[in-house]
Amino acid sequence: MAEEIKKPRTPPDPSSAKYKLSKIAADAYKDAVAAKARGEKVAWVSSNFPVEIPETMGIATVYPENQAAGIAARGAGARMCEEAETDGYSNDICAYARISLAYAKLKSCPEQDVAMPDVLLCCSNICSCMIKWYENLSRELNVPLIMLDIPFNPDDEVSEAQAAYVKGQFLEAVRRLEEITGKKWSDERFQEVMSNSCRTSRAWLAATAMARYTPSPFNGFDLLNHMAVMVTARGKPEAAEAMETLLKEYQENVETGKSTFRTEEKYRIMFEGIACWPWLRVTSAGLKSRGVNMVTTIYADAFGFDYDSFDGMIRAYCKVPNAINLETARDKRVKLCRDNGVEGLLVHTNRSCKLWSGFMPEMSRQIGAACHIPVVSFDGDQADPRNFSEAQYDTRVQGLTEIMDSRKGGESV
Amino acid sequence: MLFAGIDVGSTTSKCVLLSDGEVAGAALVDMGIGTAGPERAYSEALAAAGAAPEDVACCVATGYGRASWKGADLTISELTAHGLGNRFLFPEARTVIDIGGQDAKVIELDAGGRMANFVMNDKCAAGTGRFLEVMAGVLRVPIGELEALAAQAEKAAPISSTCTVFAESEVISQLAAGTPVPDVVAGICVSVASRVAALAKRAGVKEQVCMSGGVARNGGVRRALERALGVPIVWSAQAQLAGALGAALHAWHKSEGQRGEVKYG
Ligand code: SF4
Repeated sequence: MAEEIKKPRTPPDPSSAKYKLSKIAADAYKDAVAAKARGEKVAWVSSNFPVEIPETMGIATVYPENQAAGIAARGAGARMCEEAETDGYSNDICAYARISLAYAKLKSCPEQDVAMPDVLLCCSNICSCMIKWYENLSRELNVPLIMLDIPFNPDDEVSEAQAAYVKGQFLEAVRRLEEITGKKWSDERFQEVMSNSCRTSRAWLAATAMARYTPSPFNGFDLLNHMAVMVTARGKPEAAEAMETLLKEYQENVETGKSTFRTEEKYRIMFEGIACWPWLRVTSAGLKSRGVNMVTTIYADAFGFDYDSFDGMIRAYCKVPNAINLETARDKRVKLCRDNGVEGLLVHTNRSCKLWSGFMPEMSRQIGAACHIPVVSFDGDQADPRNFSEAQYDTRVQGLTEIMDSRKGGESV
Repeated sequence: MLFAGIDVGSTTSKCVLLSDGEVAGAALVDMGIGTAGPERAYSEALAAAGAAPEDVACCVATGYGRASWKGADLTISELTAHGLGNRFLFPEARTVIDIGGQDAKVIELDAGGRMANFVMNDKCAAGTGRFLEVMAGVLRVPIGELEALAAQAEKAAPISSTCTVFAESEVISQLAAGTPVPDVVAGICVSVASRVAALAKRAGVKEQVCMSGGVARNGGVRRALERALGVPIVWSAQAQLAGALGAALHAWHKSEGQRGEVKYG
């Protein structure tokens, strides 16, 4: 593999999407610290919890999954995981949970400090590990937990009964949050947040859909970073503005033939799973050095919430990726592969995420068959660096590249 | 003019030299990456061919240590290498099962012989050559004798196929309980085979199935795999050299655009 040449870092342009998006993510952490200092209540929130609720009520938030990803990307994943393991948490538990539980105990991690919570907001449409993780946080930190039960949906549509069941809980969550934080819900404010959230989502969907052009105007690894804003801040006007800037940049790239994938794009793949944050550079370089661009991921679709009412919002949260049936989830991915000219699927068998990795062998087999593309998986972990082997990753990626090359009439087998 | 393929594995190094589509020299050394093994395999193959390094027109490296072989013009993955090597040894091959020192892989070839897909083991050593080595160590028998011992078994002892460490303690318990060594060895072979069979079923087993790599020589594992998959498995006495052969073929194809037949030995 070619050695990566380190270029001197150019200071980021403040009008660029990259700058704006990183600023929004960084400001969210600072805002929560400032709110805490002012004596306001801070919420720790799980990723599929409706951001619209705390955003409408003006409650400062911290997303422990994003914090854990940041800690892992900055090299402290193993240290924090070991801390949790020392307390008796099995190393089979999701590394985000281990890092977060270790943080709850230590209340400090220079790689990403956050304001401590006064309330926890979680929902069951992600995974069961997360439910226990938040229950433990609540017990260890002695703070209230608001848990929304959004059941797995085996059907294609969201039934009236399910929508009503979830709506009751949304309203109850608002009532409890008013009680805990002393802040009030406002319908007008919700309308603004909803309109920001939908504006952000539409720009995100349009930006990620630019991968349909060849070469793609962006390196798919960008999406993994930008996604943080989609998860946490999509209800903010600055998020909508930053995503629209991103879309504009990608459109310009298409017009001028440029791309943030700074080498020749020889192959186009879809990446399935959470990024391997501790090994981001290695996983990205293994692809880039072979001219493989990860043009799309399910994230391109997952955070594109577009709705026009409170009820519409509820239905959107009943259809998040981890809560839908295999066929619907597969069809979303097949569409992404077809729309974006994907030639291969690289699956991260993530030792942390049993839910995602558990359904992937069958789903990826079906995607491969439907799109006639090779499917290759590698073992890794989103935040625990001990579950990854660079040599194994490299062999699998090289093998995948050789199959794609041979299908293009290259010299491989 | 010679075309070299060198397969730098985790425990062995193999080299094959081709000249006009024929194997001019080959060598296998029981030392892998990080040792003098690759160098020795290369010089021994050259000596067998009666050639000098300057006679090599193109060298392709493969295997776990492929990036560490400085003399390579190109590298290819073990997957492509074993696919190519086996397709030349068995022109009808559609499925290649390779159990290497550190990993196990099942390579699916299309009707034209191109690699269509592959499935590899996960991070656990169960189902790899290392598993057999560890077990041979526990039993204190040379790894080469496992086949003969397995053949004497009356009934394979049940050994876990999911974890090398669990399996090791099971072997010790079986021995302590007085299970005859051949039955334990047969159980170990079945354990490897069931793990690899699961991979093969995921890849989709198409006949002809052939086995590559050092473990192909172990009839105990081969027969257990045939039973698990319900298909006959062909193998060559040169199975361990198949990756290096594939790399040499790639060197030849790259340099001369050849797709001719290779005569072995
Ligand atoms: S196990 Fe997977 S879905 Fe659950 S919290 Fe961890 S990463 Fe998220």
